[in-house]
Amino acid sequence: MEPARGKAMVDVALTDTNIEQPAWLSRTKALARLRISDSLFFQITRAAAVAVLGLLGSIIISLVIGASPALKEFGFGFLVSERWNPVTENFGALAPIYGTLVTSIIAMLIAVPLGLLITLFLTELCPLWLRRPIGIAIELLAGIPSIIYGIWGLFMLAPFLQRTLQPFLIDLFGNVPVLSTLFAGPPYGIGILTAGLILAIMVLPFITSISRDVFEAVPPVLKEAAYGLGFTTWEVVRYVVLPYARVGVIGGVMLGLGRALGETMAVTFVIGNAHKVSPSLLAPGTTISASIANEFTEAVGDLYTSALIALGLLLFVITFVVLSAARYMLMRIERRIG
Amino acid sequence: MATANALYTRRRRRNGIVLALSFSATAIGLGWLAIILGALVWEAFQGLSLKVFTEMTPPPGAEGGLLNPIVGSLIMTTLGVAIGTPIGILAGTYMAEYGRYSHITKVVRFINDILLSAPSIIIGLFIYEVVVAPMGHFSGFAGSLALAVLVIPVVVRTTEDMLLLVPTELREASTALGTPRAKMIWNVCYRAARAGMITGVLLAVARVSGETAPLLFTALNNQFFSADLNAPMASLPAVIFQFALSPYQDWQKLAWVGALIITFAVLALSVIARALTASRAQS
Repeated sequence: MEPARGKAMVDVALTDTNIEQPAWLSRTKALARLRISDSLFFQITRAAAVAVLGLLGSIIISLVIGASPALKEFGFGFLVSERWNPVTENFGALAPIYGTLVTSIIAMLIAVPLGLLITLFLTELCPLWLRRPIGIAIELLAGIPSIIYGIWGLFMLAPFLQRTLQPFLIDLFGNVPVLSTLFAGPPYGIGILTAGLILAIMVLPFITSISRDVFEAVPPVLKEAAYGLGFTTWEVVRYVVLPYARVGVIGGVMLGLGRALGETMAVTFVIGNAHKVSPSLLAPGTTISASIANEFTEAVGDLYTSALIALGLLLFVITFVVLSAARYMLMRIERRIG
Repeated sequence: MATANALYTRRRRRNGIVLALSFSATAIGLGWLAIILGALVWEAFQGLSLKVFTEMTPPPGAEGGLLNPIVGSLIMTTLGVAIGTPIGILAGTYMAEYGRYSHITKVVRFINDILLSAPSIIIGLFIYEVVVAPMGHFSGFAGSLALAVLVIPVVVRTTEDMLLLVPTELREASTALGTPRAKMIWNVCYRAARAGMITGVLLAVARVSGETAPLLFTALNNQFFSADLNAPMASLPAVIFQFALSPYQDWQKLAWVGALIITFAVLALSVIARALTASRAQS
């Protein structure tokens, strides 16, 4: 290395020799010093690793403590009640849970096919020199902060949808029995559908980048054999690549779902913050994270604050389950790739 | 023969349809990126001026800039990264160097991956519960801590990955020379993995500088200039949130300008991080 800066152990042992001390004594001392610093460094790094575990533990504990007043007051009814009245201090989480699930489902319905098609393009169709730039561009979508999606959704996407897509949907499905309730009401622009659309764009890069990794991990021999038998590109993907990469793709989708469930700012801008469960996708609603972001600083009274923290706890439990499942599946495919 | 041909045509057609769909899906993805960035630049350039960087956030209806949120964001991001990075690097070091095959490492890796994608608003609630509520008031310090919690998993992940890439031969060689383990990690492993670890920190900076949700109820916001860590502090994302949802034209314009500043800072950071890893991979 650099002899000037880093003193090697031998140098320390030899040059630090005092005249009064015999060489072996100072050498032992130097070694002891090194041993101490060695074990100290080990202990510090281990403490840091344990601290990461402690972090998750303390997040859970603090949320449970914060949520307990509300959970005690409302019990199980908190989960199934739609009322949300800060004045009478009566809270139920049904509307935010409903909004969170519905927006995420819309997002996944759009983002999964779109992401897989982009992956197909990137791994099978795209010329080699274009793969990297296009891949990076898609991943840049993940780099844009969520508040940017929010402001763009509010000022650009929502008015656009209000003028075009939403009236079209209302007209189109106005007389169809089930779909007419799904697309009922005036076109507000903001609402559950808009939030779902924005979430779809936001999770698209996660799905694309993970499925790209697992698509590329498919042994080329398998694909070549299939092509050699006369498969078309689509058939190769459908019957060779997808079955092989299934677990990984599902893991990637779950990871995207975890993001969609917890996404806050982008949704807060366009969801409309209405605590009600309405069957129409065009109506304003709310999600767990949007409720917390909108109301937490304005919450007066311990029960109100506690109800919002209980919402947070609920969100954490849901995302924890989804993300654990995602990680488990991705670990399985990693083990297979070796 | 005729049926075989029909089958072949059908397969060809189906293939063509899927390929066309995949082509348009990519076009949609890229188009969406272009639309968002285009809208951002278009809206923001109308409000961009030197005043943005020299004046405070204005009251409604007046002219002003974004100096206090920019400074607030810089302070909180710097402090958050300064707190989170050492913890992350140390934890990553343990996982890659000491406990590579231990059970703790497996658990920490799993938990860390969960923290990496956990909703950031939860982190805000957590810091509110453990810092803001006991202190009794919002503060820039609480905001920094919330950001630090977000920094840790990113740094842990990249540090571990990069240290695992360091060839075992290097470790063996330095151990054979009698180097103590801690010294080896500092002088051999860290040095070999430096570019990757810096990338990790840059990615962490990029991630937290756009975060809004964890700041909303930790640092809150501040209409005035304040470098006091013990008081509420303005930040760009929080100001964008407040201004964009306001009914005032001037405020909305400033929100767009702030959005442009953040986006370009974040994208520049991720491009630099990418370039660092790319040059490393080539060499």
